[in-house]
Amino acid sequence: MARMKFLCDAERCIECNGCVTACKQEHDVPWGVNRRRVVTLNDGKPGQRAISVACMHCSDAPCMAVCPVNCFYHTEEGVVLHDKDLCIGCGYCFYACPFGAPQFPQAGAFGVRGKMDKCTFCAGGPEPDGSAAEFAKYGRNRLSEGKLPACAEMCSTKALLGGDGEVISDIYRQRVTMRAARGTRSGPPWGWDTAYGQGGKS
Amino acid sequence: MIRFGVLALAAVLALGVSACSERTQVAEYKQGTYQGKPDTPPYQGAPYNGDRAAWERAEATRAQAQNEYKRINR
Repeated sequence: MARMKFLCDAERCIECNGCVTACKQEHDVPWGVNRRRVVTLNDGKPGQRAISVACMHCSDAPCMAVCPVNCFYHTEEGVVLHDKDLCIGCGYCFYACPFGAPQFPQAGAFGVRGKMDKCTFCAGGPEPDGSAAEFAKYGRNRLSEGKLPACAEMCSTKALLGGDGEVISDIYRQRVTMRAARGTRSGPPWGWDTAYGQGGKS
Repeated sequence: MIRFGVLALAAVLALGVSACSERTQVAEYKQGTYQGKPDTPPYQGAPYNGDRAAWERAEATRAQAQNEYKRINR
């Protein structure tokens, strides 16, 4: 297996926010935290597009580089996860992330920040798979059930693809070919170069 | 005496110039190592019980369900 990746096809996203809802529902994400968001590009102008953004599980993740307590790790499938027991909620990862993925729940009065929360690619965290502790801290572990991220699997237009990088890039390549045959151009998938290196190769 | 004076002047000048030197202010970055709890691979527990190949097959099949060109048989 190569590695797990997300791919958002901006030509297909209809900004329905179904991915956002699926994520919140699947993981019981607290109020005020959005692991996934839909962003509109060129709002109201010709060429307006929408993209679904969350942690892209970068190959060379900047959050890992800046974390002062080293609470991030890469799984062997390339998913970037973190240990909430170690996180001090400093927010460095938020400043480092090019996708604005890290989220911080309000943990008390005066806007005190809680521990960082982000998309886990539905892979849970460093707690026993499928345990109550894992669900409470990181959400459901769909990967251990042989499933893929809920956001991608339920996307009605299949704009958001998630899974093995080779498989999803093949799907996208096929789409681009079909579109080209109809005379429609598609750009490179949004955020791939940033997350996975030039051409999304790493 | 003059020789000593010249030497002293040279030493003072060398000391003065050394104050103009600058040490690098950028900290050397070292990649940290993960300090948290170890995690298990997703195929470790039930229903795959360590069968990585079966898990990968399930994931690949699932990923292909996102390809509607295959779903509509084109």
